[in-house]
Amino acid sequence: MYIATSRSSDVAAGTERKAGLRRVSANVVALGAVSLVTDISSEMVTAVLPLYLVLGLGLNPLQFGLLDGLYAGATAVVRVLGGHLADRWRRLKAVAGFGYGLSAVCKLGLVAAGSSVAAIGVVLAADRTGKGLRTAPRDALISLSSEPDTLGRSFGVHRAMDTVGAFLGPLVAMAVLALSLGSYTSVFFTSFCIAAIAVMLLVLFVRDHKQEIADRAAVSVRAAFGLLRDRGFRRVAVWAALLGFVTLGDSFVYLVLQRRWDVAATFFPLLPLGTAGIYLVLAVPLGKLADRIGRWPVFLGGHVALVAALIALCGPVSGFWLAALALGLHGVFYAATDGVLMAAAGPLVPADLRATGLAVVQTGQAAARMLSSVLFGLAWTLWDLQPAVLAAAGALAVVALGAAFARPVRK
Amino acid sequence: MKKALLAVVGTVVLAAAAVVYTVAARPSPAEPAKVEHLSLAPGQLFFRSTKTGNVGVVPLANPSAAPKFSDLKCDRFAVSGTTGMCLAVRPGTLPAVSDFSVLDRNLTTTHKDYLPGTPSRARVSPDGKRVYWTLFVTGDSYAATGFSTRAGVYQLDNGELEKTIEELPVLVDGKRYFSSDVNYWGITFAKDGKRFFSTLGSKGKTYLIEGDYDTYRGKALRENVECPSLSPDETRIAFKKKVGEGVWRLSVLDLKTMHETALAETRSVDDQALWQDDHTILYGLENAVWSVPADGSGAPRKLVDEASSPAVTS
Repeated sequence: MYIATSRSSDVAAGTERKAGLRRVSANVVALGAVSLVTDISSEMVTAVLPLYLVLGLGLNPLQFGLLDGLYAGATAVVRVLGGHLADRWRRLKAVAGFGYGLSAVCKLGLVAAGSSVAAIGVVLAADRTGKGLRTAPRDALISLSSEPDTLGRSFGVHRAMDTVGAFLGPLVAMAVLALSLGSYTSVFFTSFCIAAIAVMLLVLFVRDHKQEIADRAAVSVRAAFGLLRDRGFRRVAVWAALLGFVTLGDSFVYLVLQRRWDVAATFFPLLPLGTAGIYLVLAVPLGKLADRIGRWPVFLGGHVALVAALIALCGPVSGFWLAALALGLHGVFYAATDGVLMAAAGPLVPADLRATGLAVVQTGQAAARMLSSVLFGLAWTLWDLQPAVLAAAGALAVVALGAAFARPVRK
Repeated sequence: MKKALLAVVGTVVLAAAAVVYTVAARPSPAEPAKVEHLSLAPGQLFFRSTKTGNVGVVPLANPSAAPKFSDLKCDRFAVSGTTGMCLAVRPGTLPAVSDFSVLDRNLTTTHKDYLPGTPSRARVSPDGKRVYWTLFVTGDSYAATGFSTRAGVYQLDNGELEKTIEELPVLVDGKRYFSSDVNYWGITFAKDGKRFFSTLGSKGKTYLIEGDYDTYRGKALRENVECPSLSPDETRIAFKKKVGEGVWRLSVLDLKTMHETALAETRSVDDQALWQDDHTILYGLENAVWSVPADGSGAPRKLVDEASSPAVTS
């Protein structure tokens, strides 16, 4: 694994310049490596968990819904909390590290929980809590370790590395299952070891962003809410949430695709890999493009790609080419929105509130998406799939148009 | 430099720990002491050993006798007449793939195919001409970790494979029912090879569906009936009735009067019941095969320990 360990004199900015060649800071690469390794660990578990619960423990899939609710609901509030504490204590690295550590320990918790549904539920919720805690401080560190005009590229590099991990996770899980002749606890233990490697990389190579602040009171809960009084920041947060509200969730996209393409169920879990592949390839180029032509246009362009993907899903073409087109556009959507939004929102937040600010944007978006999933599920059952997808595409197009006129970010 | 060294050493140690644990976790595959040649002669109770996965057998008249084991390994096993059916997940497949094998009277495989999913139910039709199954499939539902079920049928004589019966046109309350979240589980056929029953699950409800396999039409008879199993005299259906979240009561439905009888087994049973004859029902529960009278009287009786998926030859 290559990690740039060159000491830069400018620790605060953490950036390095080499003969006019602007690279991504070593800290961003280190954070990317931590995310990559962590994602291997967490995607391993995600891949085998359903099978483990049903085959390994003999749980009925219906008991699953309960666990699923825990899984989804645990992050929203925790995200803001993680961001706020990290800002307040001036310890971005420590809070992120705690989140990574908690999730790592949870992998051992899965081994210990055995067949108790309650214990598994608690462990999964704690795992999600860890994820929620670390996200905002980590993104704040990326944001603070980069020069303002290369934020898009930095987030692109980080997200691309992150996605490599997501790719490798299921493969590692399969290898462990093959080597252990189907022992699920081996998958969890290996996942713990890999997560522990990530925590170690974070401790050794990620540098905290410490700047002296004159006024500790500036980072109070009030100040955090005060962020929303800032017009520029508020508009980005609100538009991100509005767009999240009309964004069709991933699982729906794959589901529609499966129904149109009649893909064998064996391959169904491979569909997300199609999206991830495009995301991986385009994260850096689109991040750079956002730095050059403006982050908001690229962010909205991503949503236009999603509208196109949804229309393609309902269109006359079906079969392999439809899948390739839809997954390609879905990947473009991710590459143009996920890191780019963080790059767009970062500069609007003062450095000492960076984690809090990014957490507010992320949480608004995540909560809106959860709500949209519920509503879309409802629309689906009422109208059937195709009309519901077209309605979603229409709503997304309208909101994206509104966001284009509003242009809350001038950069 | 020191940091890099630390990182390398730490990574090597942790990776080694993972490899050691993984290799040590290999189950020393428990094998039955002796493997014998079994056949589908009448009067036997077959089951799956929960210890080794092998198919075992005891005399129906004396289930406490020492069992004999075949070298056949299945997750679900079923017989009817001289046809057997073995449903087994392929180890190490992600996402899971299951093999189904049609067996002749000497438990020799005559046809084998594979399907996505993990085994849940398996049965052979009374006329021995069809085998059918239910599999759990991941990722079909929009909850990322949700499960859906797929019930399918394979016809021995012409090799027709119906991977899932979810396209079956059904009437609910006299109206054609459409929904994208339709799941079926637990199929049971009548002796004529046409009439069949299954459970349709959709929008949080379950229905008992009666269908005709020739015309391929079905209609809902009743709500809250899961994993139906038709009695040999074809007058009643044994099923699991949902009485709480993840709790089912084994019950029998009289098809003429639509009267339900709760059986004497009070623990939650998650299995497709099996009629040993017109008076006795077998099921797997808590690592054993049990029997209970079909009229609600008596009490559950344990037949075989370390066993699941009962099947009888009559």
